[in-house]
Amino acid sequence: MYKSTLAELSVALESKKISSEELTQIYIERCKKYNDSLNCFITIIEEKALKKAKEADKKRASGTGGQFTGIPIAQKDIFCTDGIKTSCGSKMLDNFVAPYDATLVKRMNKAGFIMLGKTNMDEFAMGSSNETSFYGPVKNPWDTSRVPGGSSGGSASAVAARLCPAASGTDTGGSIRQPSSFCGITGLKPTYGRVSRYGMIAFASSLDQGGPMTQTAEDAALIMNVIAGFDHHDSTSAEEPIDDYTAKLNNSIKGLKIGLPKQYFDKNLDKNVAGLIEDGIKELEKLGAKCVDIELPHTELSIPAYYVVAPAECSSNLSRFDGVRFGHRCNEPENLSDLYCRSRQEGFGKEVKRRIMTGTYVLSAGYYDAYYLKAQKIRQIIRNDFQNAFKKVDIIAGPTTTGTAFKLNEKINDPVSMYLSDIYTVSANLAGLPAISIPSGFIEELPAGMQLIGNYFQESLLINVAHQFQKITDWHQKIPKSYE
Amino acid sequence: MSLDKSEIQKIAWLARLAINKDDILSYCDELTDILDLMEGMNSVDTTNITPLAHPLEVFSRLRTDNITEVNQREHFQTDQSKTKNGYYIVPKVIE
Repeated sequence: MYKSTLAELSVALESKKISSEELTQIYIERCKKYNDSLNCFITIIEEKALKKAKEADKKRASGTGGQFTGIPIAQKDIFCTDGIKTSCGSKMLDNFVAPYDATLVKRMNKAGFIMLGKTNMDEFAMGSSNETSFYGPVKNPWDTSRVPGGSSGGSASAVAARLCPAASGTDTGGSIRQPSSFCGITGLKPTYGRVSRYGMIAFASSLDQGGPMTQTAEDAALIMNVIAGFDHHDSTSAEEPIDDYTAKLNNSIKGLKIGLPKQYFDKNLDKNVAGLIEDGIKELEKLGAKCVDIELPHTELSIPAYYVVAPAECSSNLSRFDGVRFGHRCNEPENLSDLYCRSRQEGFGKEVKRRIMTGTYVLSAGYYDAYYLKAQKIRQIIRNDFQNAFKKVDIIAGPTTTGTAFKLNEKINDPVSMYLSDIYTVSANLAGLPAISIPSGFIEELPAGMQLIGNYFQESLLINVAHQFQKITDWHQKIPKSYE
Repeated sequence: MSLDKSEIQKIAWLARLAINKDDILSYCDELTDILDLMEGMNSVDTTNITPLAHPLEVFSRLRTDNITEVNQREHFQTDQSKTKNGYYIVPKVIE
């Protein structure tokens, strides 16, 4: 049963093949059994989950249950959860219990999902390898000597090893798509503003976006139906009407125009991954899609622009962690400045401090125009490149990552090399566009994902194309042997 | 662009981050590498380009002036090590 998708679990619960309590028990056993080796959970919620499962069974028995009543899932530890520790992967928030639920969590709870635990992540979502977590690195279930990607590495690893059928993630520069690619699962970053950021601990507010990490595109659609939509608590929430994301799953993609950006198949891309992506595109052509060569000429500039904008916003957002009202506080501060400075020194890890320092520098007097303003102008150019491309094509396809999962400790001491590996994902965040990563094959038993990027609010189309692809391929059904 | 020790100390102060003396040099190197990466932005002319602060057109929403939040002071101050009589304790600021 643990290999089932959300869609299958919903049917199994409805037809009484299994109870929510039994199902929850199965997943909790798996979480406990494998968490020592994978480290994908910061918190496992056993008692509360089983209690909720019993309530869910009663609801279903009385006919008041819904499609998702009693299905266990996991939440990334960046989402505030009322009464349950929310650490954001940081020592700073090791003692933080949120007094409210994030909107995404609230909506999923209301839909009947049962939270099995909070997943590990790069500290404050800053990282591409899940090695910056205060709680230690997460391991990739396909090869535990390798990283799962980041920052939503715990969610990706847990779904890949089937410790939960689906999980939430957040994506500021690729943090849903890159770990999805490294772990062989489906990960959707919605349009900026499509999913509420309320209660999602802020990293870079103009880039952050929550979304589903699932086994299939169909499951991504099911979760989007729950989490997408306007939220008055989030001032940047989009008021655009929401789709039924499952409605177009079975539409034909005949005649769909797919743009292949030359810059996504460049020297940065591993040749074997390039081969897989080209094969994947051929599958889409078999379904009737037409490929068109396009240009996204400023792709290279997305990395420097992103690594100005994201740290700048992070340095501002993380100034709230001052040791006064919540979070880590240093012992015996000499004065108020010492309280701030030492609490922050002790509470934040190396990469977070590096980004706060970078962000503070680029926003400081005399440097704002040269860095921050310049980066915002490049952001406009990158958005224009995409808008020009979408005049010619319906979606854009390419790789999610430059290669497959790298080794633990391989890049952690070389921040610039780590940053450069985000080349294919950060543009969608700078432009605010939706993008999905879907499993597209294996190289030496390591998965690699294909990325599809859509125009604003075109999540339904991305999910439709991904679902059609998954109907004729089986990469998304593969499970790492040790976890079968 | 390379940063020296005094610049690192200045940035750390602006960011209210205490840094160990032993770490200053590695901050110099790492931030210099990161700033070198950012130099790549200068390869394109951005004269007359409007800066994009936000991907969507955002505007401030107006709402009626109703009370939507209730006072939850006790709930927020459950960590008693930092509070006293409903206030947060910090080192003395005024002598």
